[in-house]
Amino acid sequence: MIRGKAVVLGDNVDTDGIIPARYLTSTDPKELAKHCMEGLDPHFLERITPGATILVAGKNFGCGSSREHAPLAIKGCGIVAVIAASFARIFFRNAINIGLPILESEEAAFRIREGDMVSIDLATGEIHNETTGEVFKAQPFPPLLQEIIAAGGLMNLVEKRVRTNS
Amino acid sequence: MGMTITEKIIAVHAGKEKVVPGELVQVTVDVMLANDITAPLSIKELEKRGIATIPYPERIVLVADHNTPARDIPSAENVKLMREFAKKHNIPYFFEGGNVGIEHVLLPELGLVVPGDLVIGADSHTCTYGALGAFATGMGSTDLAASWVLGETWLRVPESLKFVLSGERHPFVTGKDLILFIIGEIGVDGARYCAMEFEGPVISSLSMDERFTMTNMAIEAGAKNGIIAPDEKTLAYVRESGALRQPRIFTSDPDATWQKVFAIDVTKIEPQVAFPHLPSNTRSVYSIPKIEIDQVVIGSCTNGRIEDLRMAAKVLQGRKVHPRVRLLIFPGSPKVLRKAEEEGLIRVFLEAGGVIAPPSCGPCLGGHLGVLASFERCASTTNRNFIGRMGHETSEVYLVNPYIAASSAVAGYITAPDKL
Repeated sequence: MIRGKAVVLGDNVDTDGIIPARYLTSTDPKELAKHCMEGLDPHFLERITPGATILVAGKNFGCGSSREHAPLAIKGCGIVAVIAASFARIFFRNAINIGLPILESEEAAFRIREGDMVSIDLATGEIHNETTGEVFKAQPFPPLLQEIIAAGGLMNLVEKRVRTNS
Repeated sequence: MGMTITEKIIAVHAGKEKVVPGELVQVTVDVMLANDITAPLSIKELEKRGIATIPYPERIVLVADHNTPARDIPSAENVKLMREFAKKHNIPYFFEGGNVGIEHVLLPELGLVVPGDLVIGADSHTCTYGALGAFATGMGSTDLAASWVLGETWLRVPESLKFVLSGERHPFVTGKDLILFIIGEIGVDGARYCAMEFEGPVISSLSMDERFTMTNMAIEAGAKNGIIAPDEKTLAYVRESGALRQPRIFTSDPDATWQKVFAIDVTKIEPQVAFPHLPSNTRSVYSIPKIEIDQVVIGSCTNGRIEDLRMAAKVLQGRKVHPRVRLLIFPGSPKVLRKAEEEGLIRVFLEAGGVIAPPSCGPCLGGHLGVLASFERCASTTNRNFIGRMGHETSEVYLVNPYIAASSAVAGYITAPDKL
Protein backbone atom coordinates (compact mmCIF):
# COMPACT_ATOMS: atom_id res chain seq x y z
CA MET A 1 0.00 0.00 0.00
CA ILE A 2 1.27 3.43 -1.02
CA ARG A 3 -0.03 6.54 0.72
CA GLY A 4 0.52 10.24 0.23
CA LYS A 5 -0.89 13.73 -0.15
CA ALA A 6 -1.88 14.73 -3.66
CA VAL A 7 0.03 17.39 -5.56
CA VAL A 8 -1.98 18.25 -8.67
CA LEU A 9 -0.58 19.23 -12.08
CA GLY A 10 -2.29 19.98 -15.40
CA ASP A 11 -2.33 18.42 -18.88
CA ASN A 12 0.68 17.84 -21.17
CA VAL A 13 3.37 18.17 -18.49
CA ASP A 14 6.48 17.82 -20.67
CA THR A 15 9.90 16.44 -19.85
CA ASP A 16 11.55 19.87 -20.27
CA GLY A 17 9.25 21.04 -17.47
CA ILE A 18 9.98 17.97 -15.34
CA ILE A 19 13.75 18.31 -15.68
CA PRO A 20 15.25 21.07 -17.87
CA ALA A 21 17.95 19.83 -20.24
CA ARG A 22 20.69 21.90 -18.61
CA TYR A 23 20.72 19.41 -15.71
CA LEU A 24 20.95 16.28 -17.85
CA THR A 25 24.71 15.93 -17.54
CA SER A 26 24.00 14.27 -14.20
CA THR A 27 22.59 10.76 -13.86
CA ASP A 28 22.28 10.91 -10.06
CA PRO A 29 18.59 10.80 -8.97
CA LYS A 30 19.34 12.90 -5.86
CA GLU A 31 21.02 15.60 -7.94
CA LEU A 32 18.25 15.54 -10.56
CA ALA A 33 15.65 15.70 -7.78
CA LYS A 34 16.90 19.14 -6.75
CA HIS A 35 15.55 20.49 -10.05
CA CYS A 36 12.38 18.42 -10.36
CA MET A 37 9.61 20.43 -12.13
CA GLU A 38 11.85 23.50 -12.00
CA GLY A 39 10.77 24.46 -15.50
CA LEU A 40 7.13 24.27 -14.53
CA ASP A 41 7.02 25.58 -10.97
CA PRO A 42 10.16 26.93 -9.27
CA HIS A 43 8.50 26.31 -5.88
CA PHE A 44 7.53 22.73 -6.65
CA LEU A 45 9.83 21.16 -4.07
CA GLU A 46 8.12 23.19 -1.32
CA ARG A 47 4.85 21.46 -2.26
CA ILE A 48 6.08 17.93 -1.66
CA THR A 49 6.91 15.79 1.37
CA PRO A 50 9.49 13.13 0.50
CA GLY A 51 8.00 9.67 0.89
CA ALA A 52 4.47 11.01 1.32
CA THR A 53 3.49 12.76 -1.93
CA ILE A 54 1.52 11.38 -4.87
CA LEU A 55 1.55 13.36 -8.12
CA VAL A 56 -1.82 13.64 -9.86
CA ALA A 57 -1.71 14.95 -13.43
CA GLY A 58 -3.95 15.36 -16.44
CA LYS A 59 -3.53 13.84 -19.87
CA ASN A 60 -0.29 13.08 -21.77
CA PHE A 61 1.95 13.32 -18.69
CA GLY A 62 5.66 13.20 -19.55
CA CYS A 63 5.38 14.14 -23.22
CA GLY A 64 8.45 15.23 -25.16
CA SER A 65 11.95 13.92 -24.79
CA SER A 66 13.00 10.33 -24.04
CA ARG A 67 15.08 11.45 -21.06
CA GLU A 68 14.83 8.86 -18.29
CA HIS A 69 16.14 11.61 -16.05
CA ALA A 70 12.47 12.74 -15.82
CA PRO A 71 11.08 9.75 -13.87
CA LEU A 72 14.43 9.53 -12.03
CA ALA A 73 14.02 13.13 -10.82
CA ILE A 74 10.44 12.43 -9.72
CA LYS A 75 11.43 9.26 -7.90
CA GLY A 76 14.56 10.94 -6.52
CA CYS A 77 12.63 13.68 -4.74
CA GLY A 78 10.56 11.14 -2.87
CA ILE A 79 7.32 11.16 -4.85
CA VAL A 80 5.85 7.71 -4.24
CA ALA A 81 3.55 7.38 -7.27
CA VAL A 82 2.15 9.26 -10.26
CA ILE A 83 -1.52 9.08 -11.21
CA ALA A 84 -2.46 10.61 -14.58
CA ALA A 85 -5.40 10.66 -16.97
CA SER A 86 -2.90 9.35 -19.52
CA PHE A 87 0.86 9.05 -19.98
CA ALA A 88 3.07 9.81 -22.98
CA ARG A 89 4.40 6.45 -24.09
CA ILE A 90 8.15 6.89 -23.57
CA PHE A 91 7.62 8.26 -20.06
CA PHE A 92 5.30 5.31 -19.37
CA ARG A 93 8.00 2.80 -20.34
CA ASN A 94 10.72 4.68 -18.49
CA ALA A 95 8.73 4.88 -15.26
CA ILE A 96 8.00 1.15 -15.27
CA ASN A 97 11.60 0.32 -16.20
CA ILE A 98 13.03 2.25 -13.24
CA GLY A 99 10.36 1.14 -10.78
CA LEU A 100 8.39 4.39 -10.34
CA PRO A 101 4.76 3.37 -9.67
CA ILE A 102 2.37 4.93 -12.19
CA LEU A 103 -1.39 4.55 -12.56
CA GLU A 104 -3.66 5.60 -15.38
CA SER A 105 -7.15 6.75 -14.36
CA GLU A 106 -9.02 9.59 -16.02
CA GLU A 107 -11.56 9.71 -13.25
CA ALA A 108 -9.01 9.83 -10.44
CA ALA A 109 -7.01 12.48 -12.29
CA PHE A 110 -10.14 14.56 -12.69
CA ARG A 111 -11.55 14.17 -9.16
CA ILE A 112 -8.53 14.27 -6.83
CA ARG A 113 -7.74 17.75 -5.46
CA GLU A 114 -4.51 19.26 -4.18
CA GLY A 115 -3.91 18.15 -0.61
CA ASP A 116 -6.29 15.15 -0.66
CA MET A 117 -4.92 12.10 1.17
CA VAL A 118 -4.67 9.26 -1.33
CA SER A 119 -3.81 5.60 -0.89
CA ILE A 120 -3.04 3.14 -3.66
CA ASP A 121 -3.13 -0.63 -3.76
CA LEU A 122 -0.71 -1.46 -6.56
CA ALA A 123 -1.76 -5.11 -6.67
CA THR A 124 -5.39 -4.28 -7.46
CA GLY A 125 -4.91 -0.85 -9.05
CA GLU A 126 -7.35 0.63 -6.56
CA ILE A 127 -6.97 4.32 -5.76
CA HIS A 128 -8.66 5.50 -2.57
CA ASN A 129 -9.24 9.19 -1.94
CA GLU A 130 -9.34 9.11 1.86
CA THR A 131 -10.33 12.78 2.06
CA THR A 132 -13.54 12.32 0.05
CA GLY A 133 -14.07 8.58 0.41
CA GLU A 134 -14.07 8.03 -3.35
CA VAL A 135 -12.54 4.90 -4.86
CA PHE A 136 -11.17 4.68 -8.42
CA LYS A 137 -9.86 1.75 -10.40
CA ALA A 138 -6.74 2.24 -12.54
CA GLN A 139 -6.17 0.51 -15.90
CA PRO A 140 -4.65 -2.90 -15.17
CA PHE A 141 -1.16 -3.62 -16.56
CA PRO A 142 -0.64 -6.52 -19.00
CA PRO A 143 1.26 -9.55 -17.57
CA LEU A 144 4.63 -8.61 -19.13
CA LEU A 145 4.57 -5.19 -17.46
CA GLN A 146 3.42 -6.73 -14.18
CA GLU A 147 6.48 -8.97 -14.39
CA ILE A 148 8.78 -5.94 -14.86
CA ILE A 149 7.08 -4.11 -11.99
CA ALA A 150 7.28 -7.15 -9.70
CA ALA A 151 10.99 -7.50 -10.47
CA GLY A 152 11.53 -3.88 -9.41
CA GLY A 153 12.46 -2.70 -12.91
CA LEU A 154 13.53 -4.01 -16.30
CA MET A 155 17.25 -4.42 -15.61
CA ASN A 156 16.60 -6.80 -12.72
CA LEU A 157 14.81 -9.09 -15.17
CA VAL A 158 17.51 -8.70 -17.81
CA GLU A 159 20.24 -9.42 -15.28
CA LYS A 160 18.41 -12.57 -14.18
CA ARG A 161 18.09 -13.71 -17.81
CA VAL A 162 21.79 -13.06 -18.51
CA ARG A 163 22.93 -14.92 -15.38
CA THR A 164 20.65 -17.90 -16.16
CA ASN A 165 21.99 -18.18 -19.70
CA SER A 166 25.65 -17.99 -18.81
CA MET B 1 -7.53 -8.88 -43.07
CA GLY B 2 -4.39 -7.11 -44.29
CA MET B 3 -1.69 -5.36 -42.31
CA THR B 4 -0.21 -1.86 -42.26
CA ILE B 5 3.44 -1.27 -43.05
CA THR B 6 4.12 -0.79 -39.32
CA GLU B 7 2.43 -4.10 -38.43
CA LYS B 8 4.35 -5.93 -41.17
CA ILE B 9 7.75 -4.70 -39.99
CA ILE B 10 6.93 -5.57 -36.38
CA ALA B 11 5.60 -9.03 -37.39
CA VAL B 12 8.77 -9.88 -39.32
CA HIS B 13 10.93 -8.84 -36.36
CA ALA B 14 8.72 -10.83 -33.98
CA GLY B 15 9.02 -13.94 -36.16
CA LYS B 16 5.25 -13.97 -36.63
CA GLU B 17 2.95 -14.20 -39.64
CA LYS B 18 0.65 -11.56 -38.28
CA VAL B 19 0.36 -9.08 -35.44
CA VAL B 20 -2.63 -7.00 -34.38
CA PRO B 21 -2.80 -3.62 -32.62
CA GLY B 22 -2.66 -3.88 -28.84
CA GLU B 23 -0.64 -7.11 -28.91
CA LEU B 24 2.63 -7.13 -26.92
CA VAL B 25 5.46 -8.74 -28.84
CA GLN B 26 9.15 -9.43 -28.37
CA VAL B 27 11.11 -8.19 -31.41
CA THR B 28 14.69 -8.33 -32.65
CA VAL B 29 16.22 -4.90 -33.18
CA ASP B 30 18.40 -3.87 -36.16
CA VAL B 31 19.73 -0.56 -34.82
CA MET B 32 20.04 0.48 -31.16
CA LEU B 33 20.91 4.15 -30.78
CA ALA B 34 21.83 6.42 -27.90
CA ASN B 35 23.41 9.86 -27.50
CA ASP B 36 25.61 11.67 -25.00
CA ILE B 37 22.62 12.48 -22.74
CA THR B 38 21.00 9.04 -22.74
CA ALA B 39 23.89 6.60 -23.27
CA PRO B 40 25.67 7.41 -19.97
CA LEU B 41 22.64 6.18 -17.99
CA SER B 42 22.56 2.95 -20.01
CA ILE B 43 26.30 2.38 -19.68
CA LYS B 44 26.36 3.05 -15.94
CA GLU B 45 23.42 0.69 -15.41
CA LEU B 46 25.26 -2.14 -17.19
CA GLU B 47 28.54 -1.46 -15.44
CA LYS B 48 26.90 -1.23 -12.02
CA ARG B 49 25.51 -4.73 -12.56
CA GLY B 50 28.74 -6.12 -13.98
CA ILE B 51 27.09 -7.05 -17.28
CA ALA B 52 30.04 -7.16 -19.65
CA THR B 53 28.73 -9.09 -22.65
CA ILE B 54 27.42 -7.00 -25.53
CA PRO B 55 26.61 -9.60 -28.17
CA TYR B 56 25.76 -7.36 -31.15
CA PRO B 57 28.13 -4.36 -31.08
CA GLU B 58 27.62 -3.67 -34.80
CA ARG B 59 23.95 -2.90 -34.15
CA ILE B 60 24.75 -0.22 -31.58
CA VAL B 61 25.16 3.41 -32.66
CA LEU B 62 26.47 6.03 -30.22
CA VAL B 63 26.32 9.68 -31.26
CA ALA B 64 27.79 12.48 -29.14
CA ASP B 65 25.64 15.26 -30.58
CA HIS B 66 23.79 16.95 -27.72
CA ASN B 67 26.31 18.71 -25.48
CA THR B 68 29.22 18.67 -27.92
CA PRO B 69 31.80 20.00 -28.54
CA ALA B 70 31.79 19.42 -24.78
CA ARG B 71 30.06 22.35 -23.12
CA ASP B 72 31.45 21.66 -19.62
CA ILE B 73 33.34 19.05 -17.64
CA PRO B 74 30.36 16.74 -16.91
CA SER B 75 29.50 16.73 -20.66
CA ALA B 76 33.10 15.87 -21.50
CA GLU B 77 33.01 13.05 -18.94
CA ASN B 78 29.83 11.67 -20.49
CA VAL B 79 31.40 11.55 -23.95
CA LYS B 80 34.52 9.97 -22.47
CA LEU B 81 32.34 7.27 -20.91
CA MET B 82 30.75 6.57 -24.32
CA ARG B 83 34.13 6.53 -26.07
CA GLU B 84 35.58 4.04 -23.58
CA PHE B 85 32.46 1.87 -23.71
CA ALA B 86 32.60 1.81 -27.53
CA LYS B 87 36.25 0.84 -27.45
CA LYS B 88 35.82 -1.85 -24.81
CA HIS B 89 32.97 -3.54 -26.69
CA ASN B 90 34.25 -2.98 -30.25
CA ILE B 91 31.26 -0.81 -31.15
CA PRO B 92 32.16 0.44 -34.64
CA TYR B 93 29.60 3.26 -34.85
CA PHE B 94 30.68 5.83 -32.28
CA PHE B 95 30.63 9.39 -33.58
CA GLU B 96 32.33 12.49 -32.17
CA GLY B 97 34.58 15.32 -33.27
CA GLY B 98 34.73 15.83 -37.03
CA ASN B 99 32.58 12.74 -37.63
CA VAL B 100 29.63 13.81 -35.58
CA GLY B 101 26.35 15.16 -36.87
CA ILE B 102 22.89 15.33 -35.39
CA GLU B 103 22.04 11.64 -34.97
CA HIS B 104 18.85 11.68 -37.05
CA VAL B 105 20.55 13.51 -39.90
CA LEU B 106 23.65 11.34 -39.65
CA LEU B 107 22.31 7.77 -39.54
CA PRO B 108 20.27 7.85 -42.79
CA GLU B 109 23.06 9.71 -44.58
CA LEU B 110 25.58 7.01 -43.66
CA GLY B 111 23.23 4.20 -44.66
CA LEU B 112 23.03 2.90 -41.09
CA VAL B 113 19.24 2.61 -41.34
CA VAL B 114 17.54 0.97 -44.34
CA PRO B 115 13.88 0.41 -45.29
CA GLY B 116 12.27 -2.41 -43.34
CA ASP B 117 14.53 -1.98 -40.30
CA LEU B 118 13.30 -1.97 -36.75
CA VAL B 119 15.15 0.80 -34.92
CA ILE B 120 15.00 1.88 -31.29
CA GLY B 121 16.78 4.91 -29.96
CA ALA B 122 17.16 6.57 -26.59
CA ASP B 123 16.05 9.80 -28.20
CA SER B 124 12.45 10.71 -28.82
CA HIS B 125 13.10 11.85 -32.40
CA THR B 126 14.23 8.36 -33.42
CA CYS B 127 10.87 8.26 -35.25
CA THR B 128 12.62 10.28 -38.01
CA TYR B 129 13.77 7.09 -39.77
CA GLY B 130 10.17 6.24 -40.62
CA ALA B 131 10.70 8.37 -43.75
CA LEU B 132 12.83 5.47 -45.03
CA GLY B 133 10.00 2.98 -44.56
CA ALA B 134 11.55 1.67 -41.34
CA PHE B 135 9.82 1.20 -38.00
CA ALA B 136 11.67 3.51 -35.62
CA THR B 137 10.69 4.62 -32.16
CA GLY B 138 12.11 6.41 -29.14
CA MET B 139 12.61 4.76 -25.76
CA GLY B 140 14.59 5.46 -22.61
CA SER B 141 18.08 4.55 -21.45
CA THR B 142 17.05 1.41 -19.56
CA ASP B 143 15.22 -0.01 -22.59
CA LEU B 144 18.34 0.63 -24.65
CA ALA B 145 20.62 -0.96 -22.07
CA ALA B 146 18.40 -4.05 -22.10
CA SER B 147 18.42 -4.20 -25.90
CA TRP B 148 22.23 -3.94 -26.01
CA VAL B 149 22.37 -7.06 -23.86
CA LEU B 150 19.52 -9.01 -25.48
CA GLY B 151 19.44 -7.74 -29.07
CA GLU B 152 15.71 -7.39 -28.68
CA THR B 153 12.97 -5.40 -26.96
CA TRP B 154 9.24 -5.57 -26.29
CA LEU B 155 6.69 -3.50 -28.16
CA ARG B 156 2.99 -2.93 -28.07
CA VAL B 157 1.77 -3.09 -31.68
CA PRO B 158 0.33 0.38 -32.33
CA GLU B 159 -2.96 1.27 -33.96
CA SER B 160 -2.32 3.08 -37.24
CA LEU B 161 -3.61 6.47 -38.31
CA LYS B 162 -3.45 7.26 -42.02
CA PHE B 163 -2.93 10.77 -43.33
CA VAL B 164 -3.62 11.15 -47.04
CA LEU B 165 -2.29 14.46 -48.36
CA SER B 166 -3.38 15.86 -51.70
CA GLY B 167 -3.76 19.25 -53.39
CA GLU B 168 -1.40 22.03 -54.45
CA ARG B 169 1.27 23.29 -52.08
CA HIS B 170 1.67 27.02 -51.40
CA PRO B 171 5.21 28.06 -52.53
CA PHE B 172 6.49 28.44 -48.95
CA VAL B 173 4.72 25.40 -47.54
CA THR B 174 7.24 22.65 -46.74
CA GLY B 175 7.19 19.28 -45.00
CA LYS B 176 7.54 21.25 -41.76
CA ASP B 177 4.30 23.14 -42.36
CA LEU B 178 2.43 19.96 -43.27
CA ILE B 179 3.42 18.21 -40.04
CA LEU B 180 2.85 21.35 -37.92
CA PHE B 181 -0.59 21.71 -39.50
CA ILE B 182 -1.42 18.07 -38.70
CA ILE B 183 -0.22 18.44 -35.09
CA GLY B 184 -2.32 21.60 -34.84
CA GLU B 185 -5.34 19.64 -36.04
CA ILE B 186 -4.99 16.54 -33.84
CA GLY B 187 -3.15 17.98 -30.82
CA VAL B 188 0.00 16.97 -28.95
CA ASP B 189 -1.59 13.70 -27.87
CA GLY B 190 -3.70 13.20 -30.98
CA ALA B 191 -1.65 10.20 -32.09
CA ARG B 192 -0.63 8.96 -28.64
CA TYR B 193 0.65 5.35 -28.84
CA CYS B 194 -0.27 5.23 -32.57
CA ALA B 195 1.60 4.89 -35.84
CA MET B 196 1.18 7.88 -38.17
CA GLU B 197 1.40 6.80 -41.78
CA PHE B 198 1.68 9.52 -44.42
CA GLU B 199 0.75 8.99 -48.04
CA GLY B 200 -0.85 10.57 -51.09
CA PRO B 201 0.37 12.65 -54.04
CA VAL B 202 1.79 15.42 -51.84
CA ILE B 203 3.92 12.96 -49.88
CA SER B 204 5.17 11.41 -53.15
CA SER B 205 6.16 14.90 -54.33
CA LEU B 206 8.21 15.60 -51.20
CA SER B 207 11.98 15.19 -51.23
CA MET B 208 13.53 12.80 -48.72
CA ASP B 209 14.71 15.76 -46.64
CA GLU B 210 11.14 17.03 -46.28
CA ARG B 211 9.87 13.54 -45.52
CA PHE B 212 12.40 13.24 -42.69
CA THR B 213 11.07 16.53 -41.29
CA MET B 214 7.54 15.11 -41.21
CA THR B 215 8.27 11.75 -39.59
CA ASN B 216 10.67 13.50 -37.18
CA MET B 217 7.79 15.39 -35.57
CA ALA B 218 5.38 12.44 -35.26
CA ILE B 219 6.44 12.31 -31.59
CA GLU B 220 5.09 15.85 -31.17
CA ALA B 221 1.61 14.37 -31.69
CA GLY B 222 2.45 11.64 -29.16
CA ALA B 223 2.94 8.98 -31.85
CA LYS B 224 5.02 5.86 -31.40
CA ASN B 225 6.29 6.15 -34.97
CA GLY B 226 5.76 8.05 -38.20
CA ILE B 227 6.15 6.15 -41.44
CA ILE B 228 6.14 6.61 -45.21
CA ALA B 229 6.17 3.66 -47.61
CA PRO B 230 9.40 3.51 -49.64
CA ASP B 231 9.27 4.61 -53.29
CA GLU B 232 11.86 5.33 -56.01
CA LYS B 233 13.09 8.42 -54.14
CA THR B 234 13.65 6.35 -51.00
CA LEU B 235 15.57 3.66 -52.85
CA ALA B 236 17.71 6.22 -54.70
CA TYR B 237 18.52 7.86 -51.35
CA VAL B 238 19.45 4.52 -49.80
CA ARG B 239 21.67 3.61 -52.77
CA GLU B 240 23.45 6.94 -52.54
CA SER B 241 24.01 6.46 -48.80
CA GLY B 242 26.07 3.35 -49.55
CA ALA B 243 24.00 1.24 -47.15
CA LEU B 244 25.64 -2.08 -46.40
CA ARG B 245 22.44 -3.94 -45.61
CA GLN B 246 19.67 -4.84 -48.09
CA PRO B 247 16.48 -2.79 -47.84
CA ARG B 248 13.27 -4.68 -47.20
CA ILE B 249 10.28 -3.01 -48.78
CA PHE B 250 6.96 -3.15 -46.96
CA THR B 251 3.76 -1.33 -47.86
CA SER B 252 0.33 -1.30 -46.26
CA ASP B 253 -2.30 -3.66 -47.64
CA PRO B 254 -5.42 -2.04 -49.12
CA ASP B 255 -7.52 -3.94 -46.57
CA ALA B 256 -5.35 -3.03 -43.56
CA THR B 257 -7.18 -1.70 -40.51
CA TRP B 258 -6.87 2.02 -39.72
CA GLN B 259 -8.01 3.52 -36.49
CA LYS B 260 -8.74 6.68 -38.45
CA VAL B 261 -8.05 8.07 -41.93
CA PHE B 262 -7.48 11.79 -42.37
CA ALA B 263 -7.89 13.24 -45.87
CA ILE B 264 -6.04 16.55 -45.97
CA ASP B 265 -6.27 19.06 -48.81
CA VAL B 266 -3.00 20.97 -48.50
CA THR B 267 -4.16 23.72 -50.87
CA LYS B 268 -5.63 25.65 -47.94
CA ILE B 269 -2.48 25.32 -45.77
CA GLU B 270 -0.33 28.41 -45.37
CA PRO B 271 3.16 28.49 -43.81
CA GLN B 272 2.73 27.62 -40.12
CA VAL B 273 3.99 29.21 -36.92
CA ALA B 274 3.66 27.14 -33.72
CA PHE B 275 3.30 29.61 -30.86
CA PRO B 276 4.59 29.00 -27.33
CA HIS B 277 4.31 26.67 -25.53
CA LEU B 278 3.04 23.70 -27.54
CA PRO B 279 3.85 22.49 -31.07
CA SER B 280 0.09 22.19 -31.64
CA ASN B 281 -0.41 25.91 -31.08
CA THR B 282 -0.24 26.62 -34.81
CA ARG B 283 -1.36 29.60 -36.89
CA SER B 284 -0.81 30.80 -40.43
CA VAL B 285 2.16 33.15 -40.72
CA TYR B 286 -0.12 35.54 -42.62
CA SER B 287 -2.57 35.88 -39.74
CA ILE B 288 -0.29 36.69 -36.82
CA PRO B 289 0.45 40.01 -35.09
CA LYS B 290 3.95 41.53 -35.28
CA ILE B 291 6.17 39.37 -33.07
CA GLU B 292 9.63 40.86 -32.66
CA ILE B 293 12.42 38.34 -32.17
CA ASP B 294 15.96 38.29 -30.74
CA GLN B 295 17.25 35.07 -32.24
CA VAL B 296 16.71 32.73 -35.17
CA VAL B 297 17.88 29.12 -35.16
CA ILE B 298 18.10 27.16 -38.41
CA GLY B 299 19.08 23.53 -37.97
CA SER B 300 18.21 20.52 -35.74
CA CYS B 301 17.15 16.95 -36.50
CA THR B 302 13.98 18.48 -37.92
CA ASN B 303 15.40 21.03 -40.36
CA GLY B 304 19.18 20.67 -40.47
CA ARG B 305 19.51 19.02 -43.89
CA ILE B 306 20.91 20.47 -47.10
CA GLU B 307 17.52 21.41 -48.55
CA ASP B 308 16.67 23.30 -45.39
CA LEU B 309 19.86 25.33 -45.74
CA ARG B 310 19.07 25.92 -49.42
CA MET B 311 15.65 27.31 -48.50
CA ALA B 312 17.22 29.65 -45.95
CA ALA B 313 19.97 30.77 -48.34
CA LYS B 314 17.42 31.53 -51.05
CA VAL B 315 15.84 34.10 -48.74
CA LEU B 316 19.09 35.42 -47.24
CA GLN B 317 20.91 35.86 -50.57
CA GLY B 318 21.85 39.53 -50.86
CA ARG B 319 20.09 40.46 -47.60
CA LYS B 320 21.26 41.36 -44.11
CA VAL B 321 20.08 40.00 -40.78
CA HIS B 322 18.23 42.60 -38.68
CA PRO B 323 20.67 44.32 -36.26
CA ARG B 324 18.79 43.08 -33.19
CA VAL B 325 18.69 39.45 -34.33
CA ARG B 326 21.27 36.70 -33.83
CA LEU B 327 21.02 34.20 -36.67
CA LEU B 328 22.48 30.80 -35.74
CA ILE B 329 22.88 28.12 -38.38
CA PHE B 330 23.52 24.49 -37.45
CA PRO B 331 24.25 22.27 -40.46
CA GLY B 332 23.00 18.83 -39.43
CA SER B 333 26.12 16.85 -40.28
CA PRO B 334 29.64 17.19 -41.66
CA LYS B 335 28.28 16.15 -45.05
CA VAL B 336 25.58 18.84 -44.97
CA LEU B 337 28.18 21.41 -43.93
CA ARG B 338 30.54 20.38 -46.72
CA LYS B 339 27.77 20.49 -49.26
CA ALA B 340 26.59 23.88 -48.04
CA GLU B 341 30.14 25.14 -48.38
CA GLU B 342 30.48 23.75 -51.93
CA GLU B 343 27.17 25.28 -52.99
CA GLY B 344 28.13 28.70 -51.63
CA LEU B 345 25.41 28.68 -48.96
CA ILE B 346 27.86 29.25 -46.12
CA ARG B 347 29.09 32.42 -47.83
CA VAL B 348 25.48 33.63 -48.15
CA PHE B 349 24.91 33.05 -44.44
CA LEU B 350 28.13 34.77 -43.43
CA GLU B 351 27.51 37.76 -45.68
CA ALA B 352 24.01 38.10 -44.26
CA GLY B 353 25.52 38.26 -40.77
CA GLY B 354 24.75 34.73 -39.59
CA VAL B 355 26.80 32.55 -37.24
CA ILE B 356 27.82 29.09 -38.46
CA ALA B 357 27.73 26.67 -35.55
CA PRO B 358 29.15 23.13 -35.50
CA PRO B 359 26.84 20.23 -36.43
CA SER B 360 25.09 19.53 -33.10
CA CYS B 361 21.76 19.83 -31.31
CA GLY B 362 22.92 23.20 -29.98
CA PRO B 363 20.27 25.32 -28.26
CA CYS B 364 17.28 23.25 -29.46
CA LEU B 365 16.93 21.77 -25.98
CA GLY B 366 18.54 24.63 -24.12
CA GLY B 367 21.89 22.89 -23.91
CA HIS B 368 24.40 25.38 -25.26
CA LEU B 369 25.45 27.47 -28.29
CA GLY B 370 22.57 29.92 -28.23
CA VAL B 371 20.54 29.60 -25.03
CA LEU B 372 17.89 32.32 -24.53
CA ALA B 373 17.87 34.95 -21.77
CA SER B 374 14.72 35.97 -19.88
CA PHE B 375 11.90 37.25 -22.08
CA GLU B 376 13.86 36.67 -25.30
CA ARG B 377 12.03 35.33 -28.34
CA CYS B 378 13.34 32.96 -30.98
CA ALA B 379 11.97 31.87 -34.35
CA SER B 380 13.33 28.37 -34.77
CA THR B 381 13.23 25.49 -37.23
CA THR B 382 13.48 23.05 -34.30
CA ASN B 383 10.70 20.82 -33.00
CA ARG B 384 9.65 21.86 -29.49
CA ASN B 385 8.56 25.12 -27.91
CA PHE B 386 7.77 23.97 -24.37
CA ILE B 387 8.30 26.39 -21.47
CA GLY B 388 12.05 26.90 -20.99
CA ARG B 389 12.94 24.59 -23.85
CA MET B 390 15.65 26.86 -25.26
CA GLY B 391 16.67 28.62 -22.08
CA HIS B 392 15.06 30.86 -19.45
CA GLU B 393 11.51 29.89 -18.50
CA THR B 394 10.19 33.29 -19.65
CA SER B 395 11.79 32.94 -23.09
CA GLU B 396 9.64 31.97 -26.07
CA VAL B 397 10.19 29.69 -29.07
CA TYR B 398 8.14 29.93 -32.27
CA LEU B 399 8.45 26.90 -34.55
CA VAL B 400 8.68 27.63 -38.27
CA ASN B 401 10.14 26.32 -41.54
CA PRO B 402 13.53 27.52 -42.89
CA TYR B 403 11.97 30.08 -45.29
CA ILE B 404 10.07 31.75 -42.46
CA ALA B 405 13.06 31.55 -40.12
CA ALA B 406 15.29 33.27 -42.68
CA SER B 407 12.80 36.00 -43.58
CA SER B 408 12.12 36.63 -39.89
CA ALA B 409 15.86 37.03 -39.29
CA VAL B 410 15.91 39.77 -41.94
CA ALA B 411 12.73 41.54 -40.80
CA GLY B 412 13.36 41.28 -37.06
CA TYR B 413 9.86 39.91 -36.57
CA ILE B 414 8.13 36.72 -37.73
CA THR B 415 7.17 37.01 -41.37
CA ALA B 416 7.19 35.21 -44.72
CA PRO B 417 9.62 35.87 -47.62
CA ASP B 418 6.88 37.36 -49.81
CA LYS B 419 6.24 40.04 -47.15
CA LEU B 420 9.84 41.25 -46.94
